[in-house]
Amino acid sequence: MRTAFINQLIKEARNNPSIFLIVGDLGFSVVEPFAQEFPDRFLNAGVAEQNMTGIAAGLALEGYTVFTYSIGNFPTLRCMEQIRYDICYHILNVKIVAVGGGYAYGPLGASHHATEEIGMLRTIPNLTVCAPGDPVETRAVTSLITNFNGPCYLRLGKAGEPTVHKNEIEIKLGKMIPIIEGEETAILSTGAMLKYSYDYIVNNRLNWGLYSFPFIKPLDLDGLKIIVDQYEKLITIEEHQKTGGFGSAILEGYNELEESNKISRSPKLKRIAIPDQFVSVAGGQAYLRELSGVKF
Amino acid sequence: MNTTISEKFAKNIRLKTLEMVYKAKASHVGGALSMVDLLAVLYTKILKYNPQEPRWNERDRFLLSKGHACTSLYATLALSGFFDISELNNYAQDGSIFISHVSHKIPGVELSTGSLGHALSVGCGMALAARRKNEKHRIFVLLSDGELDEGSNWEALLFAPKHKLDNLIVIIDYNKIQSLGNVKDVLDLEPLVSKLTAFNWETIEIDGHDHEQIFNALVTVPKQKEKPTAIIAHTIKGKGVDFMEDKLLWHYKSPNKDELDKAINQIEER
Repeated sequence: MRTAFINQLIKEARNNPSIFLIVGDLGFSVVEPFAQEFPDRFLNAGVAEQNMTGIAAGLALEGYTVFTYSIGNFPTLRCMEQIRYDICYHILNVKIVAVGGGYAYGPLGASHHATEEIGMLRTIPNLTVCAPGDPVETRAVTSLITNFNGPCYLRLGKAGEPTVHKNEIEIKLGKMIPIIEGEETAILSTGAMLKYSYDYIVNNRLNWGLYSFPFIKPLDLDGLKIIVDQYEKLITIEEHQKTGGFGSAILEGYNELEESNKISRSPKLKRIAIPDQFVSVAGGQAYLRELSGVKF
Repeated sequence: MNTTISEKFAKNIRLKTLEMVYKAKASHVGGALSMVDLLAVLYTKILKYNPQEPRWNERDRFLLSKGHACTSLYATLALSGFFDISELNNYAQDGSIFISHVSHKIPGVELSTGSLGHALSVGCGMALAARRKNEKHRIFVLLSDGELDEGSNWEALLFAPKHKLDNLIVIIDYNKIQSLGNVKDVLDLEPLVSKLTAFNWETIEIDGHDHEQIFNALVTVPKQKEKPTAIIAHTIKGKGVDFMEDKLLWHYKSPNKDELDKAINQIEER
C-alpha cells in the first residue's frame, strides 16, 4: 500500500505543483523517489511529529497541499492536538498519512500497533478519515484526496498487501465499494481486512455480500441503506479497537437511518474488532489478528 | 528614533485592553499588558500590512502564540484599522467572534491559538514556504515564557536554524510569571540566552518596554544571514498598572470598577 501511495503521489505531484511531502524521519526505501524528483517539495522534519504537523499547517496556510507521513501512531496520536486545532479547526489542506494501520507492524509491539486512531480521529470535525482496502483503493483514494481541499487522514497497511480489485477503480468521496453481491449476510470491511474477508467468502463458498468502506468519515449512509435493505445480517470487520472504530461508525450510521425513518428493516449487526485490549506478545499480523479475535 | 507615536499607540492599547477585560470580566490581563509595547512598535514601525486587504500576500505574518493574551492584540488590530474599534464591545460576549483566545476569524489574525506551543511550528512552515517560493515577507511569532515548557517549541527551535529560516523572528515575552508561579520556580528557563544561542539562533536581549530598544532589535532583522532571530524581551506582567505589575493574581482576576478607574488614571498620567 505504501508503494501504491507514493507512486500515485508522485504522479499527482507531476501535475500539481502545490503538493508537498513531509516525513517524520521515516519512509526508508519508500519516499526517496519523491524526494529525488521534487526536492523543493520534500522535507524530513526529523523525529518531531508535533512540529512536523505544525509545519504542515504553516505550509498549507501558504497554499501548499501537504502530506505528512510517518508510521503507526506517530503522525496521529503523538500530535493529536496539532491535528485537531492547527489543521482541522483552520480547515487546512493537510493529509495525514500513517503506514502500518492495525497490526501491520505486529512484531514491533504495542508502541507500533495503530489500533485506536480511527476512533480518536473521526470525532474531529472537518477531518475525512480514509482506510483503503488494497493497493488499488490506495491509488484511487490518494488521487481523490490530493484533489480535494481539506484535512484528511489516510490509514495505510504496510507493504505487499494483496490486491482484491482486478482493475483500477473510480472512487467517490465518502462512498463504499460493493465487492461481492450476496444474500442474507453482508461483510462490511474497512482497511486491510478486505482481502481476508474476500478470501473467507470465496474459500468457504459462501453466498455472502462484501462491501469495502475506504471512507469511515464521511460514512456512506446511502450505501449503508442499500445494504440494510438487502441483508438479514451485517458483520463489520476492522483492525482497530471495538470502541469508536469503524463498526461503531456503522452502528451510528445505522441509528441515523433508523431515526430518520429511512429504513424499515433491522438486520442484526455483529462487530468484529479488537476487544479493548493491548497485545504484549510478539507476533506477525495474521497471528495478532487471530489472537485478538479479529477473525470470522 | 522618535517613539512618540508608538508610545501613544501603546497607551491606547492598554486603555482598550483594560476596558475589554473589565467589561467581559475576563482573565489574562497581566500577560496582555506585558506585551503591549512589543505590539505597539511592531504595528506602528515594523510590520508590513494592509488593513484593507488583511491577506495581502506580501504582508509580514504575525502569529500570537500566547493566544490567551488576545485582548491587547485585538485592541492593536482595531487601532491599526483592521476593523472598527466599537466591535471590541462584543469581546467575549455570546456569539461574538472575539473569543478569549485569539481567533483567525478576526481580520488581521493569521492563526487561532490558545493551546500553547503551536504557533512557532506553524511559523516555521510559513517561513519555509516563503523560502521555497522566494517570497520576501517575514514571519514574527510572539511566545510567552511559560509556554517554553512545551516540548513542541523546542522541536521548532531545533528546526528553524537547521533550515536557515532567517525570515523567522521569535519574540519571547519574558514576564517571568506563568500560570501557577514564577517561571524560575516552575521550570526555570535560564540560562535562556545561552540555550537559544546554542540552538543556533541569533539571540538578542532587550527591555521589552523600551520602544527604542524594541525598534532597534526588530528593524535590523535578520541580524545574521541564514539564522533565525530570537528576541528575549524582558517584560513585567501587568505593565503600566502598579497594582497589577509582577503579580500572579492578574493572570486570573479582572478589575472591578474602582480598580479599572485607578488603572485608567495611571495609564493616562504616564
